[in-house]
Amino acid sequence: MSEALVQFDQIVKRFDGTPHPAVAEITTTIMSGGITGLAGPDGAGKTTLLRLILGLLKADSGALRVCGRDPVSEASAVRDLVAYMPQRFGLYEDLTVLENLTLYADLRAVIGEERRTAFERLLAFTSLAPFTSRLAGALSGGMKQKLGLACALIRTPRLLLLDEPSAGVDPVSRRELWRMVQTLTGEGLGVVWSTAYLDEAERCERVLLMNDGKLIYEGSPSGLTNRMVGRSFHVRNAGEGRRGVLASAAKMPGVIDGVIQGANVRIVMAAGATPLSAEDFKGVSHVEVTSVPPRFEDAFVSLLGSATPAVSRLAAGAVRAKLDAGPVVEAKELTRRFGSFTAADRISFSIGRGEIFGLLGPNGAGKSTTFKMLCGLLRPTSGEARVAGLDVAAQTSAARNRLGYMAQKFSLYGDLSVAQNLAFFAGVYGLTGARRQRALERVTEAFGLQRYLETNAGTLPAGFKQRLALSCAVMHEPPVLFLDEPTSGVDPLTRREFWAHINAFVQSGVTVMVTTHFLEEAEYCDRIALVYRARVIAAGTPDDLKDSVRTQALPDPTLEDAFITLVEADDKKVAA
Amino acid sequence: MSAPEPASADRLRRIIALIRKETRQILRDPSTVIIAVILPLTLLFLFGYGVSFDARRIEIGLVIDDPTPETGSFTASLMNSSLFAARSARDRRNFESDLVAGRIDGIVVLASGFSAQGARGDRAPIQVIVDGSDPNKATLVRNYLQGAWGNWLMQEAITRGERITFPISVESRVWFNPEIASHHYLVPGSIAIILMLIGALLTALVVAREWERGTMEALLATPVGIIDLLAGKLIPYFVLGMITMALATGTALFVFGVPFRGSFSVLALMTAVFLTTALAQGLLISTLARNQLVAAQSTLISAFLPSFFLSGFVFEIAGMPLPLRIISYAVPARYFVSGLQTLFLAGDVWSVIWPNLTGMAVIAVVYITLTAVKTKTRLD
Amino acid sequence: MRSSLWSLIVKELLANWRDRRNRIILLISPMIQVLIFSFAATQEVKNVPLAVLDDNRSILSRELISRFEGSPQFSQVMHLQGVGDIAPTIDSRTALAVLHIRQDFSRKLAAGQPAQVQLLLDGRSSNAAQIIQGYTVEIVDRLNVEIAQSASLRGPASVVVARTWFNPNSDTLWSTVPGLFAVLTTTVGMMVSALSVARERELGSFEQLLVSPLTSIEILAGKAASALVIAVSETTIIMLIAMYVLGVPMEGSMVLLYGAMIVYLLSIIGIGLFISSLSSTQQQAIIGAFMFLAPAILLSGYATPVSNMPDWLQTLTFVNPVRHFVVIAKGAFLKDLPIDVIAAHLWPLALIAAATLSAATWLFRHKTA
Repeated sequence: MSEALVQFDQIVKRFDGTPHPAVAEITTTIMSGGITGLAGPDGAGKTTLLRLILGLLKADSGALRVCGRDPVSEASAVRDLVAYMPQRFGLYEDLTVLENLTLYADLRAVIGEERRTAFERLLAFTSLAPFTSRLAGALSGGMKQKLGLACALIRTPRLLLLDEPSAGVDPVSRRELWRMVQTLTGEGLGVVWSTAYLDEAERCERVLLMNDGKLIYEGSPSGLTNRMVGRSFHVRNAGEGRRGVLASAAKMPGVIDGVIQGANVRIVMAAGATPLSAEDFKGVSHVEVTSVPPRFEDAFVSLLGSATPAVSRLAAGAVRAKLDAGPVVEAKELTRRFGSFTAADRISFSIGRGEIFGLLGPNGAGKSTTFKMLCGLLRPTSGEARVAGLDVAAQTSAARNRLGYMAQKFSLYGDLSVAQNLAFFAGVYGLTGARRQRALERVTEAFGLQRYLETNAGTLPAGFKQRLALSCAVMHEPPVLFLDEPTSGVDPLTRREFWAHINAFVQSGVTVMVTTHFLEEAEYCDRIALVYRARVIAAGTPDDLKDSVRTQALPDPTLEDAFITLVEADDKKVAA
Repeated sequence: MSAPEPASADRLRRIIALIRKETRQILRDPSTVIIAVILPLTLLFLFGYGVSFDARRIEIGLVIDDPTPETGSFTASLMNSSLFAARSARDRRNFESDLVAGRIDGIVVLASGFSAQGARGDRAPIQVIVDGSDPNKATLVRNYLQGAWGNWLMQEAITRGERITFPISVESRVWFNPEIASHHYLVPGSIAIILMLIGALLTALVVAREWERGTMEALLATPVGIIDLLAGKLIPYFVLGMITMALATGTALFVFGVPFRGSFSVLALMTAVFLTTALAQGLLISTLARNQLVAAQSTLISAFLPSFFLSGFVFEIAGMPLPLRIISYAVPARYFVSGLQTLFLAGDVWSVIWPNLTGMAVIAVVYITLTAVKTKTRLD
Repeated sequence: MRSSLWSLIVKELLANWRDRRNRIILLISPMIQVLIFSFAATQEVKNVPLAVLDDNRSILSRELISRFEGSPQFSQVMHLQGVGDIAPTIDSRTALAVLHIRQDFSRKLAAGQPAQVQLLLDGRSSNAAQIIQGYTVEIVDRLNVEIAQSASLRGPASVVVARTWFNPNSDTLWSTVPGLFAVLTTTVGMMVSALSVARERELGSFEQLLVSPLTSIEILAGKAASALVIAVSETTIIMLIAMYVLGVPMEGSMVLLYGAMIVYLLSIIGIGLFISSLSSTQQQAIIGAFMFLAPAILLSGYATPVSNMPDWLQTLTFVNPVRHFVVIAKGAFLKDLPIDVIAAHLWPLALIAAATLSAATWLFRHKTA
């Protein structure tokens, strides 16, 4: 019984100063009664599309009808029927939960009895009833997200637009939100859910896949995934050699994608290529190859074409500083207090040479604090952080010379050219003369930066920003790499390329420590520690963690299942 | 099917909701209180105590080459004046280096033969040297010395019972400010500068903050209109500005002892028109900037600097070159400075107040129109 | 110097130069300001509207009025018809002063009696009023001397001969430009340093810098050095504009001026870095910088003389770096200030610089570890 809510006909929107249109000739229809996933990498045009529907932007050409109306000339009528939750939820952080709700109720003319029942319904629906007098700014990410949703739903709309509602929110809250929104579609509402997470897109009834402003696929996720049947494989038993397996697979004809998933390597073959077999890896390792069901991400990578898994041009086994035997990174009872608040509580672990270690956990759990203490950005209240055998707090400068650091968001100098950024970091790390020249040439060549050397770093395409950031972090050939949420907001292709480089480093003996809230990325790690409420609540290989939550009800848990189960178990333990 | 016209009750409710929201934010954000209360009072105290044209003591070096009874009586008349702090010496070189160093404000030289020349009927020169690195003060010092000399001559004539050799004398009276205290007009003038800065800065920052935090986008996604948005911002900050004005006026009256000869209702009227202009300028800035950094920079450059330099508050508009005098008509503070000085010192002089009110109102209308044109309920 | 520190300085300079908005606000706008505000920052009283009420209507009274009409200080001389016109003329600010010549003016003079003319002034601008009073007395005195001479009377036995040192023509630009030069030097040094740390913090590059082997002292030294280079270059441009476009002389020693300016800028940069270390966004840094600049400039003797302030405030200005530099800058342009006078203002600046730079270092370390 669904009806067409939004009809795009050849819609084009371009912004001044950009060569390509943000939305290029999109023609599609959005129906009621289901979740339409709007997927695609950052900068694909997802937000622009949502803003066009609301009339917040005016299309340059084409025809757009929203609930039968023109969103620009009949803006106020359209905005009466359509609800929108922008990125970062659009909340006033200095107003309380109830004040935020009241404001939006007044703005949408929900008054009297109608308001009373709406508040009752929404507070129950979002479980925010106990927190009505709390400031929105003091809510956790997940609660903010629910409040944002409640504000958008004050007057039940016909269409609900959610712009990356799950960005920066932990998996538990993501799941809850998903359930809530699904309940709504049961009531006949149309929902557009924009996301950079492909596993989310996979769960939608219908998906619009965007890239570079163009719509590259529309239809059910399975419609796309089904094309991939028989092309996805797991290479098992590779153990320590799985990075070598991945690197050699990348060179095989017909392989279009490969990623590490815990102990296994996932390989995707091109259409019509000979299926993968254990024979293919004879020279490399003794492995087992099984066919696995395809997933949406396989299809996405395949669709975007040029998806040969990047092989890092970094010479494996480049000269590294010799290290003493023993752990390269060590956290010993690391504790940090801010006033009466303990952000990190007796955190201990050690990371060996050539290992990738992941710190996983919800926002505010203490993973950033731990990370910052290990790279010397924060002084521990007690405990010790050692990097490459040096005490970070005592021998800060020497320790920093031996670590490479890549910050969460793009953190280079946007107004400086690529060459100037590289020169700056070479200088800061004390590289001079021939060494400096060699280092500059090496990273420029390895990361393919030649053609962008004179471009301002701020205007680089996302993938190249990532490359430049990594170049700057590794120019001084550090034996340890610290990566803080390295691929958040990055599309799967860029992410693969990035990890190809990281894998190459690891193979040459570099140790990597990474924080992430992105479970797909956690799969790439050799070992992970789950940080929650300032403590490490679980640690081990990704497969260990999955095994630890395996039950009859959940025979094949994903890392996300493991995360949620472990966090909830800890909640229960604390409550008890 | 076209959308039903939003009922005026809905609009009113939306505006009230926005005002209530804004008021709560004002009350909860310590930085608004700092900008609306602490900053203006600090500036007012600075202007009140720090900026003054009233020379308190004029330091004079008196060089007398050849002491005689005449030079003695001249010295005495300078020394006895409360206006001067005079020191005398035989050698002028010390005073010259004092003048270079800024330790004294002027040198008076009675050269050798002063009395003899005077007795012969030649007019003996009293040489006055002043420090031209501050021409205004130099002129004042020269005028004061000239006046002191005139008084001395008169005294001399009277004691000697001679005919007064200066037939015409000037008898001056300074209206509205008989004690010639510059802070009586500098303090009201500074209130205009302060209110301009606060009004424009506050609105510019809060609107830019809404853009930065993404709440503007959420607001725009609801059926609010431009009028609702503008009214929802202007009204609360208008009230806040009026409170700031009341604080500033109270401080001027009770701390600085500035008289108030006009009526408070006219003061309120002028303030209301001026505040509207200042707030509208802030809104316009933030509509164009959408970023707190740019908003703060543009406000300081486009609101504070012109108000400080081109409003006639410390600097004389009449003394500026023609292009600047013309530009000054576009500076709202110019009208408010003049209006405030009149209200505080002279009274409700409508011949001053009307033109000033009109000037501000015209600028306010221009700003508001521009803001309404530039603000869309769209992002592009 | 360590090559890493050198790289940091180069990076800071590039970052300031390549950001278009920064270039305009920090570098171009001061040049425009010196060109505009030098002309605006005047207290010169000229083009003043004056009104006269001549109840005497004698040759002598007309002679007196014509002298006012011939004076360059008064733009126009209005003629009032009766005493009733006086109040409205002043009230409405139509004229800043009214000269009233009474009916018995010429009769008294003829009788050899003293005759008074009344000058009514608008106290809403008491500074201008006082200056006008001075002009009036001067004009009247000149007439007095002539009357005395024509009547072969013995004039006053002495005459005041005034000379204005350092600025013989009392050119107002000669005083506004050096003052503005000092203020703009301050503003540029302050803004560049106040934004430096805050910008990195806001844009996210700060942590990247902190994990590098540079120590906090080196980071601050790099930022201070680059702010110094920018401020000194900017100041040099303003100085050239002052000398060659606005025609202000440079009497003092450039070497001394630059030496003093560097010490001064270090004190300002120390404050700027302190504010920057305290701010988490650039907007906070700008407001912080303004909160320092406004009082510091007002209490520097730039707008009105320090000696006019109450004593307690004058004492307080000793810790205000701007106050010392205004003296040094005006002295360098106009006076060829001797070294001992410069030294008297330089050692407080050196103390302030030492204090502010140490405070900035302390705060920076405190906030980043």
